[in-house]
Amino acid sequence: MIRLDNLTKVFDTPKGAVVAADHINMEVPRGEICILLGPSGCGKTTTLKMINRIVRATSGKVFLDGEDTTGMNTQDLRRNIGYVIQQIGLFPNMTIEENITVVPRLLGWDRAAYKKRARELMDMIAMDAEAFLKRYPSELSGGQQQRIGVARALAADPPVMLMDEPFGAIDPINRAVIQDEFLKMQAELKKTILFVSHDIDEAIKMGDRIAIFREGKLVQYSAPDDLLSAPRNGFVESFLGEDRALKRLNLVKVREVFSDEMGAVKPDDTLETALARIDDFGYQNAILMVNDHGEPAGMITRSVARTTRGYCRDHYQTAPPVAQLDDDLRKVASLMFANDTTWLPCVDAQGRVCGHITQRAMTHHLGSRYRSRPEDSAPLRSQPETKE
Amino acid sequence: MPIRSLKSAGRWLLAILLFAAGVWAQRSGVIEDFIYYLPDVRYLAVQHLFLTAVSGSLAIVIAVPLGIVLSRPSMARFAESLMQVLNVGTTIPTLAVLALSMSFLGIGTTPAIFGLTVATLLPITRNTYVGLKGVSPALMEAAAGLGMSPAQRLFRVELPNALYVIFAGIRTALAINVGTVPLAFLIGAGGLGELIFTGIDLYDTVMMLAGAIPTALLAVIVDALVAVVAFLVVPRGVNPSRA
Ligand SMILES: Nc1ncnc2c1ncn2[C@@H]1O[C@H](COP(=O)(O)OP(=O)(O)OP(=O)(O)O)[C@@H](O)[C@H]1O
Ligand SMILES: [Mg+2]
Repeated sequence: MIRLDNLTKVFDTPKGAVVAADHINMEVPRGEICILLGPSGCGKTTTLKMINRIVRATSGKVFLDGEDTTGMNTQDLRRNIGYVIQQIGLFPNMTIEENITVVPRLLGWDRAAYKKRARELMDMIAMDAEAFLKRYPSELSGGQQQRIGVARALAADPPVMLMDEPFGAIDPINRAVIQDEFLKMQAELKKTILFVSHDIDEAIKMGDRIAIFREGKLVQYSAPDDLLSAPRNGFVESFLGEDRALKRLNLVKVREVFSDEMGAVKPDDTLETALARIDDFGYQNAILMVNDHGEPAGMITRSVARTTRGYCRDHYQTAPPVAQLDDDLRKVASLMFANDTTWLPCVDAQGRVCGHITQRAMTHHLGSRYRSRPEDSAPLRSQPETKE
Repeated sequence: MPIRSLKSAGRWLLAILLFAAGVWAQRSGVIEDFIYYLPDVRYLAVQHLFLTAVSGSLAIVIAVPLGIVLSRPSMARFAESLMQVLNVGTTIPTLAVLALSMSFLGIGTTPAIFGLTVATLLPITRNTYVGLKGVSPALMEAAAGLGMSPAQRLFRVELPNALYVIFAGIRTALAINVGTVPLAFLIGAGGLGELIFTGIDLYDTVMMLAGAIPTALLAVIVDALVAVVAFLVVPRGVNPSRA
């Protein structure tokens, strides 16, 4: 969908030539988010701006949908590419409504159509149209302004979006919320997005692919999981951080790791049965008790089962926390640490117990990628080996 | 509280003084003398305003486009040096400008309007240029990135955002203009200067005041008018007085 072919930018400065982007080759498939990641000054913004010609490329080409953009009219090209700039850049002389309808108005939509679009966009970015449309940018918080900046770029429904640190001005808590909203939106809109970030966690969360830049060169271009499990060189490795294995926890869902084999007891079972099951399944401390709907209801510990007589319904302890199948492993790990346990029951969307997940299974899953490194990231590799 | 009572005391004092001045004016016949000049004042004020209106509008019509042209990126090479020339120009006294224009246009309304226009031109051009150059590059980049043509950028983004500064320039320029028009009398263009300078020459205070007070009033009124126009025209989001 977007293909960069040997894209290069050399800035002539009084202190000599600065190579801001050096023969960048990459391809972003339709409907995917590609994150441009790297330390400050590595050429992310420059690369992004060459796509909509805010910066003229020194050499190289940009293809959109297989078509060389070199000959296209600049204005037409830009109106088909949503652009969110690093400094937000809302027009202070315009109301929020005027700001987000700039492109539709440039394209000559009629009044009713762009007014309606303004409301749709506000819904999309989860802001109250009544409260905000008539305000001016200076009356909004930085985070709200950034959302409006995203809405403005989306207004005419361009197939391609260029976003330069669109959530940079937002505090971590709200940033996570906006990222989630944005991903939800993207699941519907399926835009092809180039997204600049220098936050590795954001990149892992948002990106289908991550392009790591260093001093104007594209060092590695991989899916987040491949990047974390098989960094190409020492620079990438140190950029990802020492806890990169932990970061992968974000990327794996319980569904991929859990075991559907699960021993449990019913409230009407005797403690004797419970003890037998604990031994049968080889559990160390306890067994889960589920109610008639299959929902977790409590725990029977081995010591109680061994020393007491009676029914489970009279001698259980509170049920442990549970993991949803769509939770990521980071949340599961956090629950395990908080509750000093090495396993959690897993529940499906209806809350019925459907299996369990253990710490051992998690470490095994993460570790398996490292044992088979590094050739498994080969399919996504598009850049010749860069020397380190 | 003490400040409050001080203020109201001041107000009373002012009222009493005004009343006393009124009584004195009545007694000494100054008011009657003023009334004697009223037809002259009316005629000359119209002339005065005519000079201001023509030279002011000419100045705006020339200066704003000039400022816009100078602020274009393609002009960057000449713009700064030209602005320097204009800045030097601003320091030349208006009287000198009038004298110069008289020296090659003769006497009468034309050289006066020419001289006044030149004097008014400079602050407006400078403010237009500075205002447009001051529009944040981020806004310009956003405008370009959204696909606006250079003309759309100018009219939808640059000018609205520079308007407040441009109006500040127009306000200063017109204040200077109204205050300078009396000098136009010296090169034979009439205006309230006629009363002022003749009054001075004849040592006739009342005559001089009959010219000076309306001139001052006109200056205040024109200034207020520009302020009102600016208030209405400058978009609310970039208008500090409407924040
Ligand atoms: N207009 C310019 N003139 C000269 N050099 C420039 C210009 N723009 C960028 N550069 C240089 O090009 C390099 C890359 O800049 P770029 O803005 O692309 O970095 P970045 O990766 O976006 O950094 P950041 O994370 O800080 O935004 C830097 O060394 C910068 O100094
Ligand atoms: Mg940048």
